[in-house]
Amino acid sequence: MIDRRHLLLGSAALALSGCKVFDSASGSDSALRKLFASHEGLTRTTQRALIGDRLAPEFSEADIRQGQRPNGSTDPTGAEYRRMAETGFRDYRLTVTGLVDSPQSLSFADLTALPSRSQITRHDCVEGWSCIAKWQGVPLGTVLTLATPKVTARYAVFHCFDAIERSLSGEVFYYESIDLIDAFHPQTILAYAMNGAPLPVANGAPLRLRVERQLGYKMAKYVHTIELVDSLATLGFGKGSYWADRGYEWYAGI
Amino acid sequence: MPQGPLVYRQRLITRIAHWVWAVSLFFLMLTGLQIFNAHPSLHIGKEAGFQYDNAILEIGARQDGDTLRGMTRLFGAEFDTTGLLGVSGGEARAIPAALTIPSYQSLATGRVIHFFFAWTLVGTLALWLAASALNGHLRQLVPTLADLRALPRDIADHARLRFHHSAGYNVLQKLAYASVLFLALPLMILTGLSMSPGFNAAAPWLLDLFQGRQTARTIHFLTMLALLGFFAVHMAMILLAGPLNEMRSILTGWYRTDETHD
Repeated sequence: MIDRRHLLLGSAALALSGCKVFDSASGSDSALRKLFASHEGLTRTTQRALIGDRLAPEFSEADIRQGQRPNGSTDPTGAEYRRMAETGFRDYRLTVTGLVDSPQSLSFADLTALPSRSQITRHDCVEGWSCIAKWQGVPLGTVLTLATPKVTARYAVFHCFDAIERSLSGEVFYYESIDLIDAFHPQTILAYAMNGAPLPVANGAPLRLRVERQLGYKMAKYVHTIELVDSLATLGFGKGSYWADRGYEWYAGI
Repeated sequence: MPQGPLVYRQRLITRIAHWVWAVSLFFLMLTGLQIFNAHPSLHIGKEAGFQYDNAILEIGARQDGDTLRGMTRLFGAEFDTTGLLGVSGGEARAIPAALTIPSYQSLATGRVIHFFFAWTLVGTLALWLAASALNGHLRQLVPTLADLRALPRDIADHARLRFHHSAGYNVLQKLAYASVLFLALPLMILTGLSMSPGFNAAAPWLLDLFQGRQTARTIHFLTMLALLGFFAVHMAMILLAGPLNEMRSILTGWYRTDETHD
């Protein structure tokens, strides 16, 4: 009996040390981490091959059973954003710049005057939860077409109003990017309405991205500028998004 | 110890696949628990209820005066699980550090390792399936009519810890291995894929099959528990049936059978 007890304690200690052993191997600089992360290219290629331009599942009104749970930034504090929020985003402008032939500066009225798309979709947070809501907005492809992308453009980068992090070197504003395959997908919209009402501040007012075949962190909120680029190397730490720079997959299809 | 002849029981591809699966499942489970810790609730349905309750399991922490208490709610009944679930090592975390990789909270790292080993599992499973279909090993895992007739006796023998060492698998072994390889692992893979918003576009029928992404996530978790149960029984059987002989057969392929008296 005592022996068995010791055996159990011993195996518990082994399990404890076992998991600590893997901590160093999974650190961001280790070679093993790079091996593990190599799945991302395979995952992206496979998913792209399987998905093509298919649509994400859409749901019915009856599936909307609650409000959309906000996550990440829920109330940006920057002076410019606050001023705009107080005046109902009357002065808001969306800038489309970078590798385009005709850069755009679009008011909220300009955006809502464009043909819109409504979709009831499921928002999947990387944490594991899901929430179904109705989103209405202008297809990103429509906005990008207005700006006429150059042939060298490969990615759309989203610059946002919300400071997601305050470090010694200053504020880090949320940034995210998608490639032009996802940018021109019909369900990829710049949403300004949610569940039949103007987009709430907590959910990214006045304009947020919806990329329905990827996880929630790809769907940048509080977007003020869309920049078309040919490389993500100079953005943040070079991985293409705030969360990708912190170890998450840039392609968040899984 | 059995005293009969040595037989070549497991081919190289089966032995290699076995150990790749063992390593993969070890990492998949412990990184899976890391991922679970980011949202330690299991729901039934398409979404997670925040303004209504569709959770069958919820693990959390609650401040109780000076102490932090770990609480687990299972089918509406609440239990204090401080030290194990909800609160362990003095911090609020659903699954304790000893059972997650990495031991500290890092969803990003857990995901990277989880998906890497998901690929190694799926890859070796596919290779092994193809090879075993060709070399006839698959047939050795399917119980025959004679096997099923022998089932009551086999159960009785196992219950009395009376093990027979023969070249083929006994019927309980066949049923156990076949349910892991042809039921549990495919279910793990399909429920895992059902959680991928990308794969949902490729195969929306999977969401209908599992009745929603959150139900798929719950089934993924429950199947993990079933696999853990298989692992416990698997280890017990090895210890009881003769660990040296069993280890030799899964490392070298050679297995010592019982003496025959005919």
